Amino acid sequence: MAPDVGVAPLPPHQGRPGLASIRARAPWAFRWETGLALVVIVIGIAGTTASPSFLTSNNLFNLGLSNGEIAIMALPMTLIIISGEIDLSVSSTLGMSSCLLGFLWSRHWSMIAIFVVIAIVGIAAGALNGLLVTRVGLPSLAVTIGTLTLYAGIAEILLGPNTVSNFPAAYTNLGVNAVPYTGGAITYSTAIFAVLALIFGVVLHATPVGRSIFAMGASPEAALFAGIRVKRVKTVLFIVSGLVCSFAGVLYTFRLSTAVQNNGVGLELDVVAIVLVGGVSIFGGQGSVPGVVLGVLAFAGIQNALLLTNFNQEASGVVAGGLLLLSVFGRNAASYARRLREWSPARRRRAEGAAVDGAAAGSQP
Amino acid sequence: MTATLLRREPPETPAEASSRRLTERVFRIRESGIIVVLALFVAVTAGVQHRFISDTNIQFILVNTTIYALLALGETMVVISRNVDLSVGSVLGMSAYLSADLFGGHHGIPIPLVFAAGLGIGLGWGIVNGLLVAAGRVPSLVVTLATLYIIRGVDILIVGGGMVTANTLPASFTGIPKSTLLGIPDLAIAVAVVVAAGAYYLRSFRSGRELYAIGSNPEAARLTGLPIGKRVLFAFAVSGAIAGVAGVLWAAQYGTVDSTAGTGYELTVITAVVVGGVAIFGGSGSVVGAALGALLLATINSALYVLGVSDFWDQAIFGFLLILAITIDRIISVKLTAALRLRSTRRGT
Repeated sequence: MAPDVGVAPLPPHQGRPGLASIRARAPWAFRWETGLALVVIVIGIAGTTASPSFLTSNNLFNLGLSNGEIAIMALPMTLIIISGEIDLSVSSTLGMSSCLLGFLWSRHWSMIAIFVVIAIVGIAAGALNGLLVTRVGLPSLAVTIGTLTLYAGIAEILLGPNTVSNFPAAYTNLGVNAVPYTGGAITYSTAIFAVLALIFGVVLHATPVGRSIFAMGASPEAALFAGIRVKRVKTVLFIVSGLVCSFAGVLYTFRLSTAVQNNGVGLELDVVAIVLVGGVSIFGGQGSVPGVVLGVLAFAGIQNALLLTNFNQEASGVVAGGLLLLSVFGRNAASYARRLREWSPARRRRAEGAAVDGAAAGSQP
Repeated sequence: MTATLLRREPPETPAEASSRRLTERVFRIRESGIIVVLALFVAVTAGVQHRFISDTNIQFILVNTTIYALLALGETMVVISRNVDLSVGSVLGMSAYLSADLFGGHHGIPIPLVFAAGLGIGLGWGIVNGLLVAAGRVPSLVVTLATLYIIRGVDILIVGGGMVTANTLPASFTGIPKSTLLGIPDLAIAVAVVVAAGAYYLRSFRSGRELYAIGSNPEAARLTGLPIGKRVLFAFAVSGAIAGVAGVLWAAQYGTVDSTAGTGYELTVITAVVVGGVAIFGGSGSVVGAALGALLLATINSALYVLGVSDFWDQAIFGFLLILAITIDRIISVKLTAALRLRSTRRGT
């Protein structure tokens, strides 16, 4: 996915020939996703060694249960960040939809009507973000910090201090039961994530719209001149994000069987962390859905492994944050190495020597 | 070389001078805009409910503003340099717990030493943030998002299920937010002085101006030879140190500190800063505006309470206000650019 992946091999006299030829023959070995897949495998092995219950279907079920909504929200976030924007309002869209579900249910609406309202509100929430970003021309970071607060505020207004938890078992079972015929390992949220990941992956990697998302992330101006409807596509991406997140809110509510005003608070950080760990560039224009799926696995795997090893679960942010830092610094490793080489004394002496020579040559009449 | 250094700027043409005046006037209007909104809010609320402008309530609002205004000062410096510091809430939380915990462990520890400890903790984290951003060349949004998690996690590991309660704190410490001078809380005066110093620094010091230059055009700043890394590191260090001190004040004000202290403060602080007219992508805005933004948020919070509106409305209003502020800023800047262009075409320059 990185732009240098498809580049022609360097001429043999430049750089280290061994590395360059491996790179030319097996470019996949240098992809972020490959490294991440290795990390996921290591986590799997380490987790299994640390606790025999790590790779059991029961534990996989719990893993899917506690990360399903975050994983689902990471998909639209992937597309938005690749397009060069960001959506921090995802978690409060989830919370707002959860509270709306509780609010309307406690007023005896039918479930179908509630779902329709939630979908409309999700679309409206995304559309507000999208229009403010594309039509008013505001930075998405500021807009979605604003709507993060606004939507969380609406959630608070809807339910106040109340908790709604008398949802019918037919629905809450969806949150806590396994999908039939999967050996009890796959939750409904995992299954939904898998289907959505497939759809988002195909759209991003195999359609003109997907290519245009990469193009506008790499250079919005160039994309516009190439005839891509940058504003329209971005607006649609925000709307999709709003819709998907409000759907995640429904799942979240049924999983916990509880609608309360602080549902989902702070999840946006997890979502952004997963997407960046998955190899998506925060500057836009780079990333992949398979990478983000691996990011989800790495994130969920680490959290889960920590849980099984009796690490204070609330402090798992240390690991999540560490992973995030590692992923951004890992991406820059090559450039650090280059800068370090440029700083090396021998190199500097040579460069200074050349500069002196040049100056001497220039001063001759 | 000397010749270039001593060369005088060509005298400003009338057209340039007038467009500069227009720009300045508009930015002054931006700050007075907050004051007008603030005044309107106070007037309306006081009209409905007279006790809103009672001495007690005004003191309450001012003390509530201090922590946010302080944090907003540090955050403004960071935001002006086209960065963002999301870790302030976590730094505040850790500093609040560790500094307040000192009273339990060391009886009779002098209060200034506790403040120094808070400042040190904050400064340390600020330098970590600054180094990661400046030397690592990683976007600050990502770095401080990560440190937000990490610092809170470390805090939780340290605190565990523990808690500092008000009865372990000396009365002279918890009394800090309550003491007043001529009816004005001492804290508010101190913070006003600090904000004024910050404003003077950003307005009149070379390194302060360089923060604006870096924020408005990093590439140009680099080509001009400005020490970008050093300045950005400094901004983060200040922001961290301030968050550390704010943590000690937080402990003094609330008395009870556990591992959740200051959670989510980063969003309120950024809201205050942006409502106060600081551009989220750097290069413009002032510390005074940001402090006024913090004051406005605290006033709204109190007004809702006094008017009997549930404080569940706070967040929605803050969010709406943030969006409104950036929208207005955008409209102003578009209009301003158009006006300046029109002027220059009329004058044929």
